[in-house]
Amino acid sequence: MNKFKLILQGIIKNNPTFVHVLGMCPTLATSTSALNGMGMGLATMIVLACSNMGISALAPHIPDKVRIPCYIVVIAAFVTVVQFLMQAYTPALYKTLGIYVPLIVVNCIVLGRAEAYANKNTVIDSLCDGVGVGLGFTLSLTCIGIVREFLGSLSFMNMKLFDADGMLIFILPAGAFIVLGYLMVLFNSVKNGKKANA
Amino acid sequence: MQYLFIIISAVFVNNVILSQFLGICPFLGVSKKISTAVGMSAALCFVMGLSTLVTYLIQYHILINTWFGQQIDITFMQTIVFILVIAALVQMVEIILKKINPVLYQALGIYLPLITTNCAVLGVAIIVVTKEFTFGAAPHMLNLAESVVYAMALALGFGVAITLFSGIREQMELNDVPKAFRGTPIALITAGMLALAFMGFSGMVK
Repeated sequence: MNKFKLILQGIIKNNPTFVHVLGMCPTLATSTSALNGMGMGLATMIVLACSNMGISALAPHIPDKVRIPCYIVVIAAFVTVVQFLMQAYTPALYKTLGIYVPLIVVNCIVLGRAEAYANKNTVIDSLCDGVGVGLGFTLSLTCIGIVREFLGSLSFMNMKLFDADGMLIFILPAGAFIVLGYLMVLFNSVKNGKKANA
Repeated sequence: MQYLFIIISAVFVNNVILSQFLGICPFLGVSKKISTAVGMSAALCFVMGLSTLVTYLIQYHILINTWFGQQIDITFMQTIVFILVIAALVQMVEIILKKINPVLYQALGIYLPLITTNCAVLGVAIIVVTKEFTFGAAPHMLNLAESVVYAMALALGFGVAITLFSGIREQMELNDVPKAFRGTPIALITAGMLALAFMGFSGMVK
């Protein structure tokens, strides 16, 4: 039950995109469609869960002064593994995401969780935290992807809903900023409304 | 001529923030005042030029090379090697700068540690060795000089975008923004408008 709560916390209370505003580059760049966003989110989740586990296991043996480079090596190793896996099993997605797969290394969410959670908690707790935050990230990317895909090409998960052209601007970079901005407004006003009721 | 194409393409057409989405975190983080925005871009320009130079040499002289009579290609180690080199380089630049030019260190110092986790630095280092570019000629892999110019021009583009953006944000401080829009949301929407404006440059240079 406790572990479940830990995962849930990562999805809502510690949502990396909407609450902490971390990892903006992949969020904006890869959410052109729901499936791309989901793919990027899941790749990040795998790296996050594995690196959280690795770092929490190694943390007691790493001297404090050189901890950041050590964490980066652990993270980069798992990113390379994920790169190989994606190249082998989802080559099309790997090609679409392109440069953003290796850039998971410098995603502030991953290093942020290592520094804020994994290095002072047990391996299992860190795994749950990684999965939770990773799911939160996946969920936000998928949401943004659904909105952008619908407005931009009038389709849902690559299925055309209406036989017409969408507003191309929402697939282009400018649309990414605007959609994320308005979704954040929505998230904030729901949160504020809840506070006002309580 | 070639270099002019590269610079225009990197600064305006393929602006690092507004069309490639690299380095959004410092773009949103240190853009509240023009002076800090300019300091950050100067530091970034310096580090990006240097790190691209070093990673380019590593890619073509260490990762792909003949060692002990054997042809090897370990480019899959790119991610790990590049990030470590960049982190070490930033640290070194900081130490050297502190020793030989304290004035410049005072100006850039606080931004240097932030740059290690700036995805633009690693992103550009990987892009220049994996992607083919045109720049008014036939598609080709960039050579060393072109790569460094491209990286520094991208940093310049970062400077242009963040300076414009922080100017707008300084003005916006005085405006009465609805509560739910305050902070990041309004900044993102403003960035969206800026990106729309930069779309006017698209197609200028292939």
